[in-house]
Amino acid sequence: MVVKNKSGQIALNIIFTLLTIAAVAPFLLLVSSSFTDEATLVRDGYSFLPGKFSLDAYIYLFQSSMKIVKGYGITILVTLIGTVLSVLFTTLFAYPLSRKEFPFRYFFSFFVFFTMLFNGGLVPSYMMWTQTFHIKNTLWALIFPGLLMNGFYIIMMRSFFNANIPDALVEAARIDGCGEYGILWKIVLPLSKPMMATISLMVGLGYWNDWMNSLYYITDEKLFSIQAILNTIISNIQFLQSSQGSSVASGAAADLPSVGIRMAIAVIGILPILVIYPFFQKYFVKGIVVGGVKG
Amino acid sequence: MAAVTAVSGKKRKRARRKMTLVLFSMMLPGLVYLLINNYMPMVGLLIAFKKYNYSAGIWGSEWCGFSNFTYLFKTQDAINIVRNTIGYNLVFILLGNVVAVAVAVMLNFLRGKMNKKIYQTVILIPFLISMVVVSYIVYAFLSQESGFLNKLIESFGGEKISWYTQAKYWPFIFVIVNLWKGFGYSSILYYATVIGIDSSLYEAATVDGANRWKQVVHVTLPGLKGTIITMVLLAIGRMFYSDFGLFYQVPMRSGLISSVTDTIDVFVYKGLTQLNDIGRASAAGFLQSVMGFLLVLTANYIVRKIDEENALF
Repeated sequence: MVVKNKSGQIALNIIFTLLTIAAVAPFLLLVSSSFTDEATLVRDGYSFLPGKFSLDAYIYLFQSSMKIVKGYGITILVTLIGTVLSVLFTTLFAYPLSRKEFPFRYFFSFFVFFTMLFNGGLVPSYMMWTQTFHIKNTLWALIFPGLLMNGFYIIMMRSFFNANIPDALVEAARIDGCGEYGILWKIVLPLSKPMMATISLMVGLGYWNDWMNSLYYITDEKLFSIQAILNTIISNIQFLQSSQGSSVASGAAADLPSVGIRMAIAVIGILPILVIYPFFQKYFVKGIVVGGVKG
Repeated sequence: MAAVTAVSGKKRKRARRKMTLVLFSMMLPGLVYLLINNYMPMVGLLIAFKKYNYSAGIWGSEWCGFSNFTYLFKTQDAINIVRNTIGYNLVFILLGNVVAVAVAVMLNFLRGKMNKKIYQTVILIPFLISMVVVSYIVYAFLSQESGFLNKLIESFGGEKISWYTQAKYWPFIFVIVNLWKGFGYSSILYYATVIGIDSSLYEAATVDGANRWKQVVHVTLPGLKGTIITMVLLAIGRMFYSDFGLFYQVPMRSGLISSVTDTIDVFVYKGLTQLNDIGRASAAGFLQSVMGFLLVLTANYIVRKIDEENALF
């Protein structure tokens, strides 16, 4: 149902133009600051247009700071391993739940559903991961806690299988002597590509953006992801402000990257998302629409 | 003949059992993960009733009854964090859903495929960014020395504002940031329902002489009712939870304004990692988990009574 009169359309377009500006302008402030000459930045502050254009922050980041390159490596590695494992575990778990011949499917569906209603929270999880599984300062700490499986995605995948995989097809494959793993691999997966893409993107985004696991479990700088590096800078700024003038503070100040470089790190952290996003927008929207309302 | 069917029946039974086993084997990795990641911490919640001892671990520590809870409620903190958590959530739910429904309805009135798609794509961008990066963006606006807002205020001859040390600004900042980050997401969710509304309903309304506004009130909003109820219900079920990043990172962990920034999640985190106050942290965490659970059940029960179709379960 569209508004037919012209002035109505113009008004709507103006409103939406304002909304889109509101959505992206803050990013512009970030990006523009990262391209501004340091002295100008200190004098004039952050602004939407670089007063004096400069690439110094980026040149510095990639030439003299291995930290950022390594952080990027960690982020990419964790995102890849995490996403692959997550999609694998989720698919393998969801498929039996969708089979009517599987006698325990109601029990296990409830088993998943219950994790969405009730959880132990930070304190017991933290104790368990650190004291029972000793994952502090290991790569696993960035992959396992919390992010690997999500009840929503399992239910989403199960519903997709239920609605899109014809029973007759599975039955026919069975008669042809195809095993369950074979059916999943040769029949179910090729029919489920859009759902796999959607879940991979959502999970991948979760891993890319994750800073909490680093905050909880990582103190070793070698394992700092991009988000963890950004995080450390915040705590150094905070530390400086709370202990101004002391001798410890000057040490932290020396560690603190200049104003422009800080913003450049943040830009580098979001760049891959912003570059990839427009091409996969369809799948993100699908994930929101399917996952947001009842699974 | 009978013997043959008995044999094939047995065979079929065996094949069935084998299939069940194979299907079960598929679930094993996920099952182990959910048991460890989700179910073990549920049992671990019992730590709230123990006096935690590092060397003894959760199971070896001594029971201490409700003393962690009485200790928690002796201080002003308990009331403060519950008030903040619930209060912010209420505002977020109300404002977030009103804005999202409005945007979804307007998006539907818009003509032209291309601009629709562009608007949808762009308003979702803030949703894709981590809260740490958001805190950098907010800092670019609010930094005392070089923040955009303070420079703007100065250029108009005003006094610089120390945003990160004054509590009174933060309720507004949180609401703005939350709305900015989330409105695209929920707008698109509602929009998916809006485009699903049968267009003959609008035509019928037009024939009855309904103007644009009346169509929204009598066709679009009733069509959205189910989705709105589901969304609000989900949010109410999470009333005792807060976005840790929003309340911890965005204010740059400033201690001076903790009276308005400390939600349950922030309090639990600080107690666990910085203040070595595991007793109160675990008591607050326990209340969060249990109250959250009861709230989902209650909210769902009420909706079931009113309108069964929209209940979650």
